[in-house]
This record gives sequence, structure tokens and C-alpha cells, in this order.
Amino acid sequence: MMKRARKKRKINISTFVALLICAFHLIPFYIMIGVALKSPYDTSSRWVFPGYLFLDNFKEAIRYGNILQSILSNVIITGGAVIGITVVGALAAYPLARNQTRFNKGVRTFSLGMMMVPALSLLVPLYSLMVKIQGISTYWGIILVLVTFQLPTSIFLYTNFIVSIPTSLDEAAAIDGCSKLRIFFSIILPQLKPVTASVIIMTGVGCWNDYMFSLYFLQSPQIKTVTLSVASFFTQTQSNMGAAAAGALLGIVPIVALYLCLQKYFVKGMVDSAIK
Amino acid sequence: MIGMKKKVKKNIINIYYIPALALFGIFVIYPLLKGLQLSFTNWDGFSQNYSNVGWRNYQTLFKDANIKTTLINTVIYGFGSTLLQNVLGLAYALFLNRKFAGRNVARAVIYVPAMVASLIMGYMYYFILQYDGGALNDILGVFGLEAVDWLSKGSRAVILITLINSIQFVGVSMILYLAGLQGIPSSYYEAAELDGESYWQSFRHITLPLLLPAITSSVMLNLIGGLKLFDIIQALTAGGPGFASHSLATLVSYTYFRGQNAGYSATIGIFSFVLIMAVSIVLMRFFTKKEGDV
Repeated sequence: MMKRARKKRKINISTFVALLICAFHLIPFYIMIGVALKSPYDTSSRWVFPGYLFLDNFKEAIRYGNILQSILSNVIITGGAVIGITVVGALAAYPLARNQTRFNKGVRTFSLGMMMVPALSLLVPLYSLMVKIQGISTYWGIILVLVTFQLPTSIFLYTNFIVSIPTSLDEAAAIDGCSKLRIFFSIILPQLKPVTASVIIMTGVGCWNDYMFSLYFLQSPQIKTVTLSVASFFTQTQSNMGAAAAGALLGIVPIVALYLCLQKYFVKGMVDSAIK
Repeated sequence: MIGMKKKVKKNIINIYYIPALALFGIFVIYPLLKGLQLSFTNWDGFSQNYSNVGWRNYQTLFKDANIKTTLINTVIYGFGSTLLQNVLGLAYALFLNRKFAGRNVARAVIYVPAMVASLIMGYMYYFILQYDGGALNDILGVFGLEAVDWLSKGSRAVILITLINSIQFVGVSMILYLAGLQGIPSSYYEAAELDGESYWQSFRHITLPLLLPAITSSVMLNLIGGLKLFDIIQALTAGGPGFASHSLATLVSYTYFRGQNAGYSATIGIFSFVLIMAVSIVLMRFFTKKEGDV
């Protein structure tokens, strides 16, 4: 009886500690939401949540910050990039997993090594290349760059996954006269669904949150990503923190909502893409 | 003859990785070589002509006081974040691996910040660190202390940025460690308990060695991210005050677009490329060897 009571108390302490940790990690969100909901004339502390409903900051972020248009740009860029990342990555992974010659092992190491490349160290030549091929401020330009720098993750995930698929089906198909090139489409591709979810999630978050590439390769006001819009809000409207906070909040809502709905897949994607 | 034909048939699937290699060639290898060439020039970034200046940019690089600060900062951003994230991430994982009410909520919440763009996370912390009306100074005010301009001092800004980066991504390490912990059979711990090992002993003899793959992944991921740090710095200090909180990444961008010194910027780029790749490869080797030893 005593022992049981003690165990119960221990559970409560753990829950309490976990609650404190959560609160700590949520502070920046709480402060931002508070700022976004406060009128600019409200000079109370940022710790105090407004006791009234004030939505003008959101109106301003949408009207002058063009946040909704930016979200649309983000959807197009992330969508396009993710399609490229999955298609090119899955294709590349098939020979790397199924035809492990010495040369192909080298190709695999090279592809994974690309993961470590600090993209900004290539800024000057990459920028001048983009100018030369007229890829600045175009959807295809930024999409191609994002695909390239997210591709290593995709190749890594797909290669590991295809290696784990037994070769017996491939062999059966080969006996039936299916060519090696076709085996990919008829045998391998239909089995890639679970790993594709991980690839989409892991690389999609990276594309959605990109700032570095957008900053340099998207320079016209026509195509502006969420991070770009939020950044220009902060640099131009120092006086109106409320609207900047509202813009930032609108910008993170889609991805955080998606994470909360598909948590299981996000966690699986994270683990798969880091641990072989 | 037949053997050769068979070999060609076997290798024909290699055409599937040509698109990937083409992208790497165009957007990584070509820029790398072009950058190497530009690093020996005085190009300003937009005019048509520039001339070769030999090793002059590299000589400037090794004399540049700003490079020294930037290099130290990059090391702090990289290794500081890695250390913090892994120690805290492992602690969180050990704590949340036990069964109690609310642990799943905690796991989910700790990972939420990793979903937010680092740039926006930087701005969120700006509301806290701001001199005028910032949330942190409000707390100081309650205790009758004077407000602090948190980001006005370079060394303090560097530490704060490192902390923010670690707090934002600690969830990544936590998840990797949780996955690692769940892979350790509980029978190992039961055996250790029978042998009279303490919690600390079994942590050292069972948990740590079996977590090595997770440690490798987490450390490499954090380090690669930390050494490339750009967004949070851009949001909070843009490298300032002066050059005090620049990382190599922000300095490359600053030198190119603000300083309009593309040749020198390319030099810093090549320098940081070599440095970051070297550090990553050495560490990767170190861990692969360690994993082999276990």
C-alpha cells in the first residue's frame, strides 16, 4: 500500500517537471502570440496576455505584408521542390542500392558527402551562375537549387530503404523477362510509399523554412516566400511589432499544424533520415 | 563477349542516377571550381571585367582581424550548440523514456520549435531580448534591476545565439536518443541489476555504448547545422555589433552584397568550405571508428 502511494507521487513529480519543460519551450510562442494580439497603444508587459480581441495586426500583415500570397509562393516552391527531390532521389537510389559495384559505392559516398557542403560558401559563384542562366526570381530557379541541396537526404533514405527490400521479387520479375530498367517501376516503386512519406516530410520542412536561398535568388516582389515577407516586415516596420508578429504567426501556422496532425510520421522521418 | 554484354546490361540501371549527378555537377561542383577561380580575382560582383590578383585575397584573409573573430564565433556556434543540444537532448530522452502521464505531450512540444523557420525563431526571441519592452527586461524590472541591451555586446550576442539555436533544435537530439533508447532491450538492465550495478554504472556500461549510433547521428547533424549557422544570426544581429557576431556564412554574404567584394567573398567561401568539410570528415571518421570498436 505504501509503495503504491509512493509510486503515484513520483508520477506526479515527473508530470510536473515535464510541464515546466514544456512551458519553457513555449515561452517564445506565447510572447509572439501576445504581441500579435495587442493593440500598438497597449504598453503593458509582454508577459500579460491582452484581455480584449484585436485583429488589426493580422489585417495589416495580410494587406501590407502580403503574407497570404507568400504562403501560396511557399506552397508552389515546396511542392515543386518536393516532387523533384522524391523523383530524382528515388531514381538515383535504385542503382545505388541494387547494383553495388565499387564505382557505385563511390557515387553513393559522393552523394552523401553533398550533405555536408555549406551552401553559403558557394554563394558568389552560385549567384553568378543563377544570373547567367536567368534563374533569379523564378520558381524553377529556386526549386532547382532546393532540390540539389535536399537531394542527399532523399538519396540516403531511399537507398537504405531499397536495400532492405528482398531481391526475390526483382529476380522473379527478371525471369519473367522484365528488364532491369522496368523492374524499378513495376516492382520497386509501388513499395516506396512509407519511405516517401519520410522524404517528403524531412525535405519539405527544409524547403518551407528556407531563408538563405530565397534571400538571394528571389529578388522581385512578385515571388516572396514567408521568411522573406516576415524579414522585410521586421526591417521596415520597426514601429509596428504587432503586425510583424502577426505575420510571423501566420507564416508558421501551416507547418506547425501539419506537424501536430502527422506527428508520428514527422518523428519517424527524423529518425530514419539520421540513423541508418 | 557474352560477359561484357551481361555487364553492360547490369550497369544500364546506372543511368537512373544521372539526373542527380547532373544537379550536383551544375549547382555544387561547377560553382565550387568557379569559386576557386574567382577567389584569385578582384571581381566586384557585377562588372564584366576583373583581373587576377594571385594570392592576394588569401594573404588578406590570414591577416584579417574580422576573420579571426568570425572563425572563433563559428567554432562556438558549431561546437557549443552541439554540446548543449546533445547533453540536454540526452537528458530529456532519459527523462521522457520513463512512463508517466504527460510524457507524450512533452515529447511533442519539445520538438515543435524545430518546425519553425530559424529566421522566424530568431525574431520570436527578439521580442524577448529587445531592450525596450522586451520580455526578459520586464522580469529584471520586477526585481528592480536595470534593463540590459542583450544583443549590444558581441560576446554576449554569440552566447545568446548559440543558446537559442540549441533550444530550438534540442528536440531533434531528443528524438534520436529516444529512438536509440527504445532499441536497447530491457533484459540488459535486468541483468545489470542482478549483478548489483548502480543506475550510473549501467548508464555507462549499457546505455552509452549502445547509444553510439544515435550519438553519431545527433552530433553530426547538430555540428553540420551549427557550423553553417546563418538564419538566426541574420534575424537577431545581422553579424553585429560591428563584426562581433558574424559566422563564416553571414560574413561571406556580407562581404559579397554589402562590401561588394565578390573576389574576397569567394575566398572566404572556399576557406569555409575546406574548413567545414574537413571538420565534418574528421569527426565522421572518428565516430565510424568508435562504432567499429564497440
